[in-house]
Amino acid sequence: MERRVGIIGIGHGVFGRRSDATVQELAFEAFREAILDAGLRSGDVDASVIGAVPEYHKQRSLAGVVQEYLGLLPRPTWLTEAACASGSAAIRSGWLAIRAGVHDVVAVIGCQKMTELDTSEILALMGRVGEVQWESGFGTTFPAYYAMFARRHMHEFGTTKDQLAAVAVKNHHYGALNPYALFRKEITVEKARHSDPVATPFNVYDCCANADGAACVILASEERARELSASPVWLSGMGCATASMSVLRRASLVGLPSAVAAAAEAYDMAGVDAADIKVAEVHDCFTIAEILAYEDLGFCPRGEGGPFVAEGRTYIGGDLPVNVDGGLKAKGHPIGATGVSMTYEIVKQLRGAAEDRQVPNADVGLTHNVGGIGQYCFVQILTRD
Amino acid sequence: MFKWFGLVNFVPYTKVDGFAEHLRDGRIMGSRCRGCGAVTFPPRSDCSACLDGNFEFIEYSGRGTLHTYTRIEAAPTGFENHAPYIVGVVDLEEGGRALAWFGDTVREEDVEIDMDLQLVPRMSEEEEAIRVYYSLERPGTQWVKTPGSA
Repeated sequence: MERRVGIIGIGHGVFGRRSDATVQELAFEAFREAILDAGLRSGDVDASVIGAVPEYHKQRSLAGVVQEYLGLLPRPTWLTEAACASGSAAIRSGWLAIRAGVHDVVAVIGCQKMTELDTSEILALMGRVGEVQWESGFGTTFPAYYAMFARRHMHEFGTTKDQLAAVAVKNHHYGALNPYALFRKEITVEKARHSDPVATPFNVYDCCANADGAACVILASEERARELSASPVWLSGMGCATASMSVLRRASLVGLPSAVAAAAEAYDMAGVDAADIKVAEVHDCFTIAEILAYEDLGFCPRGEGGPFVAEGRTYIGGDLPVNVDGGLKAKGHPIGATGVSMTYEIVKQLRGAAEDRQVPNADVGLTHNVGGIGQYCFVQILTRD
Repeated sequence: MFKWFGLVNFVPYTKVDGFAEHLRDGRIMGSRCRGCGAVTFPPRSDCSACLDGNFEFIEYSGRGTLHTYTRIEAAPTGFENHAPYIVGVVDLEEGGRALAWFGDTVREEDVEIDMDLQLVPRMSEEEEAIRVYYSLERPGTQWVKTPGSA
């Protein structure tokens, strides 16, 4: 019999330009909150998994440094990297360790300090986000890749720039209500449409912002979760898939095949389908990415993601509220922390503790965390008793 | 000499480094697996279908159609002086895709998805070091050798 894995504690720090803290200090904020939330002490944790992308930090081999700062020595720790999905990769890794029976209580910490690098270092890194042998030599950037998905989606399905902007408007609306978000101001379609161009058809408001931040979840085996928590949230479906790094080797540029595969696996494992999901956190690194997510996850038919958001169907009160914490777009995107932040939000929703952002009757939730342009995708289905 | 490939090169060494010499000489090459015959562009030395590590270069016509594109305004290191520039992904007639800049033979306002294009070898005329790449041009555009390209 496979062991179920529950989430018994959650913690989250403020996302933004955190020139007040080192990366391990950011990790500590989230860890402390999660441990207190779980009613545990550090000594109750068997191991930690750190989700982070190493090349942003001056500190090399981050996991050990974080482990030391958290006071978890001499227990094991390890780092997982899956680009912008490193946080969900870390949760998956912790889930695997508990399922395997090796550990009973695992702290998963996603943390990233992206503002340690100066502008020239960021611009150099930006030039190597693509496939470096055949693509980066033409000056491609991360926005440019998603922009090419957007352009193709517009061509095939008539998706409009106003529909793209509708994603940003919705996510800023909810970001304004989230105390952990980087941007806490509403925007309009007009403002989004007239922001500076980045890579056509994207303007600044089509793109999420780099940020510093951390989030933490405490995972436990079913037996321990029931001992320690009155209301554990279960990792009931765990899907994971990969796709080519290069856009030159993708059959289609109007969806992410890794997201489709990861969703199918997660739905199957949890015994649910898209219609059962009451609240979702999807990877809106760019506005088009949220539209692709609706379609890849089966929230709406292929090609109909633009109207789906523009008609307000992913607001609270609509068919399926999505990114009601502001998403990457308004929260900011500390890449290692993002996946854990998504899980944090769904746990909060399933506990009924999301206050003015609470989705009514939220009993089944979903996270969708994408690395790169879909090289990695992790989908989680979370449920409560 | 794969270090010649790209306006900025990040990967100087590869098993398909002959690609750059062919490009300098005006030929765009894909690869064919000697084991199972699978044809690939960009070329690769190792076949993921049959695991054979032997390949041969085969010449591509360069003809293709535009799959998608974007005009990049915010450029990374090494491209600051070129911005803005348009990159496109083209579906090649013989299979596979290429990503490249648009050249001078296509006006920006004429760029549209599904248009026919020609992938044309290029040599940088501005740099002392050899720089070879390719650009997306109007169908029928010929490769023009530049001085020193032998």
